[in-house]
Amino acid sequence: MSAGGIKPARTFQQAAKVTLANPQMRRNLRHATTVIREKRERAVAELLDWEALRDEGAAVKDHVMARLSEYLLDLESAVKARGGHVHWARDAAEARGIVAGIAEGHGAREVIKVKSISTDEIELNAALSERGIHAIETDLAELIVQLAEDRPSHILVPAIHRNRAEIRDLFRRKLGAELLTDEPKALAEAARLYLREKFLTTKVAVSGANFAVAESGTVCVVESEGNGRMCVTMPDVLISVMGIEKVVPTWQDLAVFMRLLPRSSTAERMNPYTSFWSGVTPGDGPQEFHLVLLDNGRTDVLADEVGRQTLRCIRCSACLNVCPVYERAGGHAYGSVYPGPIGAILTPQLLHLEDKNANTLPWASSLCGACYDACPVKINIPEVLLYLRGKITEEKPLSVEAVAFKTAAWVMSEPHRFEGAIRLARTGQGPLVRNGAIHALPGMLGGWTDTRDLPAFPPQTFREWWRKRPAPQVRGDDGNAQTSEGEPVAPERTDDRGPV
Amino acid sequence: MTVDLFITCLNDAMFPRTGEATVKLLERLGHEVRFNERQTCCGQMHFNSGYQEDALKLVRHFVETFRDAEAIVAPSGSCVGMVRDLYPRAAEWAGDEALLEEVNALTPRVFELSEFLVKELGVEDVGAYYPHRVTYHQTCHAMRILRVGDAPLRLLRNVKGLNLVELPAVEQCCGFGGTFSVKNADTSTAMLADKVQNVMSTGAEACTAGDNSCLMHIGGGLSRLQAGTRTVHLAEILASTEGEVFA
Repeated sequence: MSAGGIKPARTFQQAAKVTLANPQMRRNLRHATTVIREKRERAVAELLDWEALRDEGAAVKDHVMARLSEYLLDLESAVKARGGHVHWARDAAEARGIVAGIAEGHGAREVIKVKSISTDEIELNAALSERGIHAIETDLAELIVQLAEDRPSHILVPAIHRNRAEIRDLFRRKLGAELLTDEPKALAEAARLYLREKFLTTKVAVSGANFAVAESGTVCVVESEGNGRMCVTMPDVLISVMGIEKVVPTWQDLAVFMRLLPRSSTAERMNPYTSFWSGVTPGDGPQEFHLVLLDNGRTDVLADEVGRQTLRCIRCSACLNVCPVYERAGGHAYGSVYPGPIGAILTPQLLHLEDKNANTLPWASSLCGACYDACPVKINIPEVLLYLRGKITEEKPLSVEAVAFKTAAWVMSEPHRFEGAIRLARTGQGPLVRNGAIHALPGMLGGWTDTRDLPAFPPQTFREWWRKRPAPQVRGDDGNAQTSEGEPVAPERTDDRGPV
Repeated sequence: MTVDLFITCLNDAMFPRTGEATVKLLERLGHEVRFNERQTCCGQMHFNSGYQEDALKLVRHFVETFRDAEAIVAPSGSCVGMVRDLYPRAAEWAGDEALLEEVNALTPRVFELSEFLVKELGVEDVGAYYPHRVTYHQTCHAMRILRVGDAPLRLLRNVKGLNLVELPAVEQCCGFGGTFSVKNADTSTAMLADKVQNVMSTGAEACTAGDNSCLMHIGGGLSRLQAGTRTVHLAEILASTEGEVFA
């Protein structure tokens, strides 16, 4: 399977079938999301100002989006002033070229990587591999995914779909580890032995960035294992690839996200390792630092008034963990390094709504709204989903479905047409009805009746009942029901009753 | 108070008993109930499926129909959610300022039945009698868009004879989502399977909710499994009395 990228190979419907048909994966997903979900709720409930904090997070991000170019230029000059290099990448290909060029320039055959979903977005590993450079993931879960030649299925817990026994077998196979048990401690030790050697011998590292502070030119990575800390401090050369929306103006702004992010993602009050680096410091850490600022469709998202809020995302994955669709279909169904509800709005937008498979993602939601409630920066994901559905539908050629909806709108815009249609359906349903229910529908509606019954149209509609009903009973002053006399109690009726 | 009913197209065509129960209930509480026969559909199905231009026709139709109403009450959290939350979006995205103004004037008068009873009228005991073991499914739009909170539960707790049992994972979507249930039938079915299992685990005779769309979905799953648990709209429970069994 491909190592990353944002272009889904299939539609969501097709891809979802794979996880849905895999009971082990579904159990793994349900267990993991349920545990994280409950932990997050507890962690969030501890803060009395959580709602205000969410508002603040959203406001900071919106402020940045409104003046993005300004803050990026500030960031660039601050990084340069501290001895770093800044590169601007319009798209994935440019970013890949920049990173590969730097690695090649240092004669690297291996690079270590950490926390870099943006490098998965640009499919960096494959590009490096083509030039004979082997990229080694050092985040434990990412390493598992890489060794399994799998794709990440979660932003924060990329191997969420794997259980311990599967990981033990994988480490035995790929790392030659002599693992007797699948205890977390034993698994971690096997990974540690392997990675420690890489940290000590590899000269070039590639990282992502959770945030970058414009005022000081500081890049930040938050993580739980310390592998990221090793990665950004041990090698001689560090290359950080960062989506342009990750910039924040000041350290004060950063503080807001330092409170929002860990509680939303891992349900921790504070994440265990937060690494900051500003350019280079002689004698301490990498002596060469490159920051690659990645656009890859982001400025087009920014230009869209409704879609723009997508760029507030801090990749906490809270929306994934609460999403009932993600829980069942799994991350791979989204066909992109950005899965779940955020992926359903981000992926198609990054592809300019031009990718047929990605364009099925906005429909991969029941619009239950759990994602919006969970989002620490208040991205109204359901709203963006609907907005994108509208845009994508507008562009599509006229389909059977479109004709059906247009007809329905025409029918529904006049009550007598609506009533006529019900009467027609009541007559037409005859052969489909058994014991008052419909058990099999034709065509695409069969998707319903494959697993569910549908009630039959009853013999009388509400409005038919309304017309026939006797004068209403109203409660008199004494509290007893009585027929009112002399009062105009019959509900007002319009003349337009349609065909009776 | 004069209450204008918005029965919603699904209730009108498929679940007329819910509309009848709503009428019965509101009249029993002393309100004058009107039903404007011009009404059809809120347009949610169109809007949510991506046919926003077509939905706009129905938005305009709704606004014209209910312009003069004092209070508009619907036995559907989902359709009220459409009106309150998405009518403004529909008007905005269409760039129709005049419509937006009309919508904003109308939406504060549109209520879901349980929130109307509890929050607007301050009534929690509607004098109902329903001697059954019942579990309550919280529908997504009532819970997350309208924030009806525990209004339906307050009403149910005051129903004489009713044994209310808690539904596990009550906040999880049943997987209906309108056309989602057909377009993503497999995922929708997986969500429904869990919901149905949770309903059955309560041993309830009936599962109730404020939305017949969700109940149609849950009921469809229960019926296929011949689970022996019915679905009943909240309005039908609240309309039932010792003298008249409504559902």
